[in-house]
Amino acid sequence: MQQNERHSGEEVMSFWSKTASVVAVMWLFGVVFSLFMTALLFLLRVYFVLNSGSNPPKTRSHVAVLVVAGSGGHTTEILRLMDSLSAAYTPRHYVIADTDKMSEEKIVSFERCKPESHSDVQFTINRIPRSREVAQSWSSSVVSTLNALRYSIPLVFRLQPDVVLCNGPGTCVPLCMTGLLLRILGIKKVGIVYVESICRVQTLSLTGRILYLVSDYFFVQWSSLRDKYPKAIFLGRIV
Amino acid sequence: MKTVFVTVGTTRFDELIESVTSSEATQVLKFRGYERLVLQVGKGSLLPDADSCAHLSVQAFRFKDSITEDMKQADLVISHAGAGSCLEALGAGKPLLVVVNDKLMDNHQLELARQLHMDHHLLYCTCSTLIETLKNMDLSVLQPFPPGQPKNFANFLDKALGVK
Repeated sequence: MQQNERHSGEEVMSFWSKTASVVAVMWLFGVVFSLFMTALLFLLRVYFVLNSGSNPPKTRSHVAVLVVAGSGGHTTEILRLMDSLSAAYTPRHYVIADTDKMSEEKIVSFERCKPESHSDVQFTINRIPRSREVAQSWSSSVVSTLNALRYSIPLVFRLQPDVVLCNGPGTCVPLCMTGLLLRILGIKKVGIVYVESICRVQTLSLTGRILYLVSDYFFVQWSSLRDKYPKAIFLGRIV
Repeated sequence: MKTVFVTVGTTRFDELIESVTSSEATQVLKFRGYERLVLQVGKGSLLPDADSCAHLSVQAFRFKDSITEDMKQADLVISHAGAGSCLEALGAGKPLLVVVNDKLMDNHQLELARQLHMDHHLLYCTCSTLIETLKNMDLSVLQPFPPGQPKNFANFLDKALGVK
């Protein structure tokens, strides 16, 4: 009698442990499947966003710009471009790397020369950690770019620019990626405008190579680059 | 006073400073009618003083907030291959001789100097060929460098973004 009871007890236990294993496997399968579907939908959305082409734009009276100012020559070039833009490009949010001292002075002098149409300030200056120092190694660049992303995401989500304008410093990569994220999530249609430096005649900068595929408008300033990168826009020298 | 302005940009280029202040080089410059040599030496280890050259009056400094004035007063600019220096000299409408630092690893800065040389906007040499170049250079072949046209960029962007 006792042996029978023990056997049926064991059978009951093994039934429940088998059931628990099946449930665990099904649950795990469910999680993996959901993750897979989310990733697939995300990739499809990214593909759609990058390849949807430009529809004829509705007219607008203002364009909020996020301007990425790198060090030295990059800032000089971007301010020359900014100088050519009309008063419709407002507000102007400048983003500089936290280790950059000179760019802030250049930007403030530039903005001070502008005629003031409203009493409120039309520009802001924001700082994020530098993504990469010149000649920094690959592996540490990935880490510092991810760190810059921590600051870029809340900044771009708050500013919600119509356009991100940049010209080459590593600082623009996390900012452009965040702009792209806003578009993917359907929060705002942020355009990415990239102007490769005049120094780049035969080869693109690393930032240029990264952003070539995701920019809406990618400008080069020498015909040799336009020949190599068919998606690029060539209007001659613009700085 | 016909002036030569030498600039090495934000780093250093001791070899250029040494070559251009050598007795042979200053003799050639004097022969070509230059009387004053102004040197921006950056972080270099050589900072020549005023009486260091027999043939020319010399001024040297490391950095300035702006070298616009020095560029304006120069009759000839001798520069390293940095884009900022080249563009500033060409923007000031000055004859430019770029001296390439062949000790540096080939870097992208040379792309611009090479292209501008091909388009006849500047002359090009190394420290070892500097004296030869100074002796034989013909600055009249240099073509003026027209400024960039950012308005083309603005017009394009206005149209693309639908700005009224």
